[in-house]
Amino acid sequence: MAAKDSKPAVETVTVKVDGRPVEVPRMTPNWEGKPEPTTVLQACKQAGIEIPHYCYHPKLPVSGNCRMCLVHVAMPGRPGPDGKPPMNEDGTPKVFPMQLPYEPQTPRGVIGCATGIIPGMEIYASSPETKEMREAVMESLLINHPLDCPICDQAGECKLQEYSYDHGQPESQFQEFKVHKPKAIDLGPRITLDAERCVLCTRCIRFTKDIAGDDALGIVNRGSYNEISTYPGEAFDNNYTLNTVDICPVGALTSNDFRFQMRVWFLKETKSLCTGCGTGCNTTIGSRENKMYRYEPRQNDAVNSDWMCDSGRLDYKWIGREDRLAKLKGPKGVSTWPSALKAISDHLAGVEKGTVAIVASARQTNEELFLLSRLAKHLGATTDSVARKGKADHLLLAEDRNCNTTGAQLAGITTKRVGSKLSSIAKEISAGKVKTLIVFGEDVTKHGIDAKLLKKVTLIVSDILPSATTKAADYLLPGCAHAEKRGTFTNVKGRVQKFMKALEPPGDALPEWEVLHELVHNVTGLDEFRSIEGLFNCMAGEVKAFKDAELTWAGLGDLGANVKL
Amino acid sequence: MKVERAKLSWLERLYIPSILNGFKVTMRHFFSWKRSGVYADKQSDYSAKTTMQYPEEKWPVPTGYRGAPYLVKDVDDNTKCVSCQLCEFVCPPKAIRITPPGQGGEVDREGAEKMPKEFEINMLRCIYCGFCQEVCPEEAIFLLKDYAITGENREELIYDKEKLLSLGGADERAYDHHVQDGVDEGIKKWEKKTQDAQNQPTFH
Repeated sequence: MAAKDSKPAVETVTVKVDGRPVEVPRMTPNWEGKPEPTTVLQACKQAGIEIPHYCYHPKLPVSGNCRMCLVHVAMPGRPGPDGKPPMNEDGTPKVFPMQLPYEPQTPRGVIGCATGIIPGMEIYASSPETKEMREAVMESLLINHPLDCPICDQAGECKLQEYSYDHGQPESQFQEFKVHKPKAIDLGPRITLDAERCVLCTRCIRFTKDIAGDDALGIVNRGSYNEISTYPGEAFDNNYTLNTVDICPVGALTSNDFRFQMRVWFLKETKSLCTGCGTGCNTTIGSRENKMYRYEPRQNDAVNSDWMCDSGRLDYKWIGREDRLAKLKGPKGVSTWPSALKAISDHLAGVEKGTVAIVASARQTNEELFLLSRLAKHLGATTDSVARKGKADHLLLAEDRNCNTTGAQLAGITTKRVGSKLSSIAKEISAGKVKTLIVFGEDVTKHGIDAKLLKKVTLIVSDILPSATTKAADYLLPGCAHAEKRGTFTNVKGRVQKFMKALEPPGDALPEWEVLHELVHNVTGLDEFRSIEGLFNCMAGEVKAFKDAELTWAGLGDLGANVKL
Repeated sequence: MKVERAKLSWLERLYIPSILNGFKVTMRHFFSWKRSGVYADKQSDYSAKTTMQYPEEKWPVPTGYRGAPYLVKDVDDNTKCVSCQLCEFVCPPKAIRITPPGQGGEVDREGAEKMPKEFEINMLRCIYCGFCQEVCPEEAIFLLKDYAITGENREELIYDKEKLLSLGGADERAYDHHVQDGVDEGIKKWEKKTQDAQNQPTFH
């Protein structure tokens, strides 16, 4: 609160919403973050009243074409010749309800999304006049709508359905033939368009032009035959196309990946993070009966706003792959977690200092990397990770394709030059200095430590998918995907964010932090916590950057917190 | 509490009068010429009261009886179900399980957009509540008159899509009849819509 008080006082305007005076800031940031006069829609939102809308989106330029946000308002009168505004007999300022110029008996609406407020304005957000306008707009939008909700993927999260319940009429008065438009058009490699369902709000057009920077979509044909289209022969194919599916208020744009896969009301929603790159976009996992169906971006203005890229969004199929490692493997007699953990702990407790190397993954959570660094410190082990680089883009995709490189650096697993010690680890193995290699989530055979070298060491591997390294492992500990456990990642800009568990891991697989906790406890005697919350708080007390930012598990919230890098 | 037995008279203790009385009832049925109510609707020539040959012959069920839920087709033998999964959602004992088709899923005719890849009803779980029929927006599932669903094992009683469609057959109750030149041609799903689309002028 103290920080808020120190800000300069915000200039406010008082308007009446449904007869209730509401004080709102005169200016509100627009989609670009620039201040613009607060609109009727925003003022009503602050008063706790939702004005229905299709084309308005807080993160997109206002276009005002759907007319759904029509509201009836009354304006204060202009000052007369005496310089005073017109007054009622009781001395209060007189307001004039807006009406059609030549039909004074007909109320005239204004679109809430594009009408700025002025002091003394009265907004009739739920008056009979406003309701009638909404009903008329709903009816007009539904004239050519095919009403194929049983087939439509949007059903259940469709604004047209919701507003039809809230503001629509029970029956259509439309007697004529509906206009039929093409269905299931291939708009691009990931998008299917159903032109009949479209309400022509142009959200997709504005998104792809103004946010994604690819002016790919437009409206073609005239009147009732209006439809969304790309340039003939061109595909709608940039790395942000699937966001148009999210912002489409109806079922016109559908994702090929999710099309006809599952009805949305079955999906359990879990807050999670995208693991595709170092940006760490906030996501929501939609899953049903232990099967993940989709990622959706979750709003976090500090990281990804409302968006995420297509490559990240579709990067989840590996979680449910058939060949996931589900069986714990070890030498003879070791086939259960207690026996494996005991055998590994005994082995690690007996090794000479400096004969262990650890290759962790920069895709592991902060907690796991912290536990590994604890283990490494105790064993005097060399640690490193594997770098993954790609091409960054102008919006969200980061150059670093590991989701937690920063976390690995903060935990001391790796240095600024990720993967620089891998060759020296390989050399030390061939020289016989390193006798035990612990590998987490990486295929080291692809990074300079080949299968021949792996035969020379006691190899402890934890991974979730089979690789040449898991094949060579003496102890193979099946691990969990991020969707199957809880934890935190630190993104490239130093934002620590947590993700929740959506699915149950297959077979023997256990969250790596639980396994590591047991190992570190057995080897070093660490015994300060029982849960992931405790582990995080323990880590936050030891890692300097986290300590400086005074992080706690609960304090992270849904949106995370920044640490100084 | 002790209940006193009724004291029987000498005649009653003989039991012979009771036996004769019972036999009288049996003989009255045996020689009765009244038609049996069991076969009243079947116009059969059974002229005397007889035991019904259940399960070869089944009791006629009244209108509105809720029997086993089956999938119905329209008169052109087309699947009506579009895999909206509302019945699966509403089913209280979770007897229904639908596998949606996914992108590019197969359909049995041109113009259809979506139909279930698999549709299973576990008849052991079904409680014949009729919610599925009530909720179905396509009028594709009905509780028909079958009762006493039996099988030799549990797997056999999970009816799949083919079985449900063949048991359901063409349905006559749906309202969307296709009337052409005053002749009711039965239900032809989407036919009217397709015709409208073909007739419309396009201004491309």
